[in-house]
Amino acid sequence: MEEPKNTNGNDPAGANGNGKKDGPLQELKEKSREAIPMLLKPREGRVWKSIFRHPLDEKPRNRSLAVLQNVFLHLHPARINRDAVRFSFTWGMGGITFYLFIILTLTGIFLMFYYHPSKVVAFRDIQYLEHNVPFGKILRNMHRWAAHAMIITAWLHMMRVFFTGSYKKPREFNWSVGVILLVLTLLMSFTGYLLPDDQLGFWAVTVGTNMARATPLLGHEGPGGPELGMTAFNDVRFALLGGSIVDANALLRAYIWHCIAIPVLASIFMIVHFWRVRKDGGISGPAPMLLESESDQVIRG
Amino acid sequence: MDWAQLWKITTLPDNIPIVLILLLLPYFTWLGLKQAFANDRLIKKLESDPEMAKTHHRKVEPYSKGWDKLVHVWPYLLRIEFLVAVIITVIMLVWSILLDAPLEEPANPNLTMNPSKAPWYFLGLQEMLVYFDPWIAGVVLPSLIVVGLMAIPFVDVNPLGSGYYTFAQRKFAMITYMFGFHFLWIILIIIGVFLRGPGWMLFWPGMTWDHHRQVDEAYVHLPQIFGLENPLLMAIFGVVALIAFVVVTGGITHVFFVKKMASTYKKMNLIQYGTVQFLWITMLALPVKAVIWHMFRIKYVLITPWFNI
Repeated sequence: MEEPKNTNGNDPAGANGNGKKDGPLQELKEKSREAIPMLLKPREGRVWKSIFRHPLDEKPRNRSLAVLQNVFLHLHPARINRDAVRFSFTWGMGGITFYLFIILTLTGIFLMFYYHPSKVVAFRDIQYLEHNVPFGKILRNMHRWAAHAMIITAWLHMMRVFFTGSYKKPREFNWSVGVILLVLTLLMSFTGYLLPDDQLGFWAVTVGTNMARATPLLGHEGPGGPELGMTAFNDVRFALLGGSIVDANALLRAYIWHCIAIPVLASIFMIVHFWRVRKDGGISGPAPMLLESESDQVIRG
Repeated sequence: MDWAQLWKITTLPDNIPIVLILLLLPYFTWLGLKQAFANDRLIKKLESDPEMAKTHHRKVEPYSKGWDKLVHVWPYLLRIEFLVAVIITVIMLVWSILLDAPLEEPANPNLTMNPSKAPWYFLGLQEMLVYFDPWIAGVVLPSLIVVGLMAIPFVDVNPLGSGYYTFAQRKFAMITYMFGFHFLWIILIIIGVFLRGPGWMLFWPGMTWDHHRQVDEAYVHLPQIFGLENPLLMAIFGVVALIAFVVVTGGITHVFFVKKMASTYKKMNLIQYGTVQFLWITMLALPVKAVIWHMFRIKYVLITPWFNI
């Protein structure tokens, strides 16, 4: 055991077999003795410190750094208005909407493993998912109900923002971004409706896209449409469905809009939305009330 | 009476969310308005007593002495966020275990679903199709809803009520929003979900969905009520009627603005004021059309060879 190591060792005396005390084994022992306290206190080691840049002590500095130095948390400020964490003011609906989006993304990724966006196969995939895939049913259920819940929470979030006048200067633009996010949320839910390729989704999407026939100027049944040369085979509905009826192409298009295009768009708008919440002064309140007799000062200021 | 029909609609898995929103919306409206009225009372007190306004705190729930105005996000906000995430996860899990997502028969273009309903959140739009042609109900009005919502911050010149609940300081904005959302949007969804059956016919709660029900779908056009049959005269009459509607509703709104909201009106420029008027008139057109359809069976006001309104 010792022989091959001796050739590399820096102690030639050990080669005789007499110097057991100074031998490399002894050196290893000592090193491991040194290592024990290091292993017992990993927080003082190099690896830990390279990951976590500051101690965990409950000091104001560390509490701030915990938020500021974490990529997932840094959208928060280090400190916020005491009242703003109260449920009655914010209702937490914006955050819940975002959390539901995360749930939907996760369950959606799992669902994509079991789903082919093509006619006949799609429906079978859902049946297979419900009956043969472990936890498949709960996966699909959760995706569906989270989607519905997200619409409810988005509406309630919008209502809270309106009721507290939080769209007012300087947050005007962020309200508009929020409206776009609401539309994207509805579209995501709607495009997902077709994917099981069952009667429910098929007819809901048929009814929904039939309205596109009547688009003014761009639909073949809309005012000005036929005059511009619109037919069932080149109008805006054709572009949405990839055909003149809800069929294989429509399924594929719904799938790509649902799984890639709209989530990417929504993510971009979400980044802007959250960023602007911070940049426009954080959460809007509860702000001190302004009296009507003072309202003129605000406009000038 | 057949309450089983209503029960069947209500307990449809896809309709559970609308039942949920019928509970959540009143609660959160109450929660918001409760705080708004509490703030309004304090505002009234401060307005009437300038001395008090100088020193008194401007929040209903002021700070106690010794409290920090700001608290650390870690842990005071992050622990809330974590708890909410856990609670939502539990709710979603329980909901997913108890209730199965619907899966009907495979899509079949030859077998029409009757009624074929959109998901509940779009039933407001689908219900509008009863009152307007698809190009208005399905394209123009939804676009206007989106554009109108986005325009709100830019046409609302009222500097009061930013960052706190209030009703008295923003009566017009609050009433408009609640008229549009609570009244029009939600009511239309409720009608679409609970009162529409086969053939998109009205079935009151307690009525069975009768697939063979015949309804007298006779209708007239507004000009015909006045004895006009000539297409040109009918079109002219329709244009006049539409202009009259715009003038009357716009005029009433204008008088309201000048008399009741003089200070706001003064601050608005022409584009802002025009946008508010336009959106208001368009929004009012929906209930007006719904009423004249249900009461007088009037289908169109304006009839032209290209489009009808």
